Amino acid sequence: MLSRNVTPPATTTPTKTRRFRFNWVDGFLWFIRIAAIIVIVVGIVGSIQLFAAGEGPTLEQWRDLVISSFATGAMYGLIALGYSMVYGVLGFINFAHGEVFMSGTMVGLIASTMLFDSGFWDANPMASLLIVVLVAMFTSTLVAVLIERVAYRPLRNAPRLIPLITSIGVSFFLQYAFAGLFGVGVRSYPPAPGNLDDDVEIFGISIAGTKLLVIVVAAISMVALWYFVKRTKTGTAMRAVAEDKEIAGLMGINVERTIVTTFAVGGAMAGVAGLLWALLFRGVDFLTGFLPGIKAFTAAVLGGIGNLPGAMLGGVLLGLFEGVGPLLVLAGLGIPAVSQLKDFVAFSALILVLIFRPSGLLGERLGSEDRA
Amino acid sequence: MKPNRVMRLLAILGALALILAACGNGDTTDTTEAPETPDATEAPETTDAPETTEAPATEPPEEGPLGAVTVADGEDIQIRSLQAITGDVAFLGIPNARGVDMAILDYGAIKGHDVSVGTGLDDLCSADGGQAAAQTIVSDEQVIGVVGTSCSGAAVAAMPLISAAGMVMISSSNTSPALTSDMQGNVGTDNHAGYYRTAHNDFIQGAVAAQFASEELGLTAVALIHDGDPYTNGLTSAFEGAFTSTYGGTITVHTAVAKEQVDMVPVLTEVAASGPEAIYFPIFPAEGTFIVQQVGGIAGLEDVILYGADGLIADNFLEIPESEGMYFSGPNLAFGANTNAITGQSADDVKATYEATYGEPPSAPFWAHSYDAAILLLSAIDEVAVALDDGSLFIDRQALRDALGATSGWAGITGVVNCDEFGDCAAGEVTVIFHEDSTDIEATKNNIVFSNTE
Repeated sequence: MLSRNVTPPATTTPTKTRRFRFNWVDGFLWFIRIAAIIVIVVGIVGSIQLFAAGEGPTLEQWRDLVISSFATGAMYGLIALGYSMVYGVLGFINFAHGEVFMSGTMVGLIASTMLFDSGFWDANPMASLLIVVLVAMFTSTLVAVLIERVAYRPLRNAPRLIPLITSIGVSFFLQYAFAGLFGVGVRSYPPAPGNLDDDVEIFGISIAGTKLLVIVVAAISMVALWYFVKRTKTGTAMRAVAEDKEIAGLMGINVERTIVTTFAVGGAMAGVAGLLWALLFRGVDFLTGFLPGIKAFTAAVLGGIGNLPGAMLGGVLLGLFEGVGPLLVLAGLGIPAVSQLKDFVAFSALILVLIFRPSGLLGERLGSEDRA
Repeated sequence: MKPNRVMRLLAILGALALILAACGNGDTTDTTEAPETPDATEAPETTDAPETTEAPATEPPEEGPLGAVTVADGEDIQIRSLQAITGDVAFLGIPNARGVDMAILDYGAIKGHDVSVGTGLDDLCSADGGQAAAQTIVSDEQVIGVVGTSCSGAAVAAMPLISAAGMVMISSSNTSPALTSDMQGNVGTDNHAGYYRTAHNDFIQGAVAAQFASEELGLTAVALIHDGDPYTNGLTSAFEGAFTSTYGGTITVHTAVAKEQVDMVPVLTEVAASGPEAIYFPIFPAEGTFIVQQVGGIAGLEDVILYGADGLIADNFLEIPESEGMYFSGPNLAFGANTNAITGQSADDVKATYEATYGEPPSAPFWAHSYDAAILLLSAIDEVAVALDDGSLFIDRQALRDALGATSGWAGITGVVNCDEFGDCAAGEVTVIFHEDSTDIEATKNNIVFSNTE
């Protein structure tokens, strides 16, 4: 024992240089980061050159594209809020949230069809949209609370992988339940009521009325949610439960009720997103929730999982990346017919953001169980 | 809460449900007619399959290189139907499947053996679906032939399996040139022996669509949108080839949307940036609906002419108000007076029977091609089947392929059928229709503004 050499070796490399051990993984990641930056910059420069040469989209077309992508991104952001909130409080990804969104927009479609047939839709545009959003929010909230009660509460103490797998099953269940209830065909919302479709002039930029409404509604919802989470007692309880469930319980917070509230609020946001879908895309079928659900989950991770402003930012950025990205970056690289690569760009953006900043753009908010 | 009682009750209910399901519809696989067809198909002048006049052979003839199927006495002849009967493209697959059922009823028995189509298989309009269904089919060696698939993408995946098993497949709605040839003697990339079709080759449709665009509409700049599958991609490529080389026009952009894509603004912006006079988008209603609804909001596309193909000639698409003013290329749908020489039924008769049996008109045009495909298969089986004196039937697979390949001058309800060496058997009549009124779809289907048969 005593003969163990505890003194440092005589000839050591100074500690300063020892830190620069070349790690192949780090080197590879740096290579990727630099390559990505180069590719993106070359692409953008190429697009600017195309624009200067008169090819590619005109300024009006770019403007419309940016606004449209921003609106779509705002919608993704609202859905992403649900993912982030549930992850923050319960620590698992609720893959059925896309179907919660679909349920709201599907039932909203029934309501809007009834309003349209009775003539109310065109006569009172704002009242009709208000009715549709309330119906959608109510349905989404109901579905979210139901699945929490039936599928997730019994698994409260199970390892976190189990409710994740359950959520996939719930997702399929909801999809095919709605297929059975409402049929498999695509159904369309009636066209936007009144002259909602007309262009509106804001600061000299002309925006389509529906897109403007989408952005405004999303902004109002986000502000309302922020107020709720930061200033009200229930919101503070939610943040406390997200921070540390056990201690929050010891502090006298009703943890079960708070969790249900979290699901309900997430569902309500998804319901609002349902209305926005109706304004932007109009067509709904039982599979509508699948792709937006994945994209919203991607957006939540992009912005930092568990982080509410991050979810909204991630959503907007994802919408912009996938809408503008192909034409801005890939077209400049000389790739023909770039719009097919929309999803490729969206998910590459996720990978790149995670390579550059693994905790997401605004940093993740993990509960005490997940923190190192 | 009494969890035990609830659990017990649920378990009993579950067991009851399983028993009911098992005992309920026991005879689904061995019926002669497909289960859903009620018995209302009274065909006034059904001529039975021509009877063989030779005496039954005493011993089975020699098997050809692909082997043979022996249908024992009292057993049914097994064929299969492989169509897109669920999902977005069910509007196309369900009438196809029903056409097969009606054809089997009209044809009757072959040499004393009934024909069974088993349970209808689903191609899911995708390569995965086609492959999975083909594996199910080839695992049963009694199957002689398949009527299917609905979608070219599914056929591309299914044919290697079906061809290797020695079976035949006749499609009523595959139109991709890759499955047969480019109509100029060059074999298609996905052509396999044993494949035939009564639907036209999209090479013809692309050329006719381009001819109409150039000669009748005077267009010189067209944008193309496909959705990645062999049918749509084949059609846009055929259009591009004809439009640029034969008619000297330009394709401003040849891009694609993804299946299930909803946000069409980026792709339409890309199209608008290229400055076309028309957009030819021969895709399906799932994506086509979003394109027509969003194209109005894109700067630069306000006056563009919208041009689709037979995938969009579906009721649920034509009912959309924004689809008014569109042109559609597609197979000639005015076959009313054509008569199938073997069953004696005219197209109008079969359509009337369809409506009487299923309570609705066919939702897609290829039901008639499906009827002809099934009758073609059955009459070819009849031709090559050898009745043995023990009551069984001997059907050589290579002989069946030879008989189908030699089909010529055969009159079906879709026109005259002649099979070429690559499997294209259709009459190849393509028309362009114009859609004026979304409330009167039947008028649109008859509103032919151009045809290649004049």
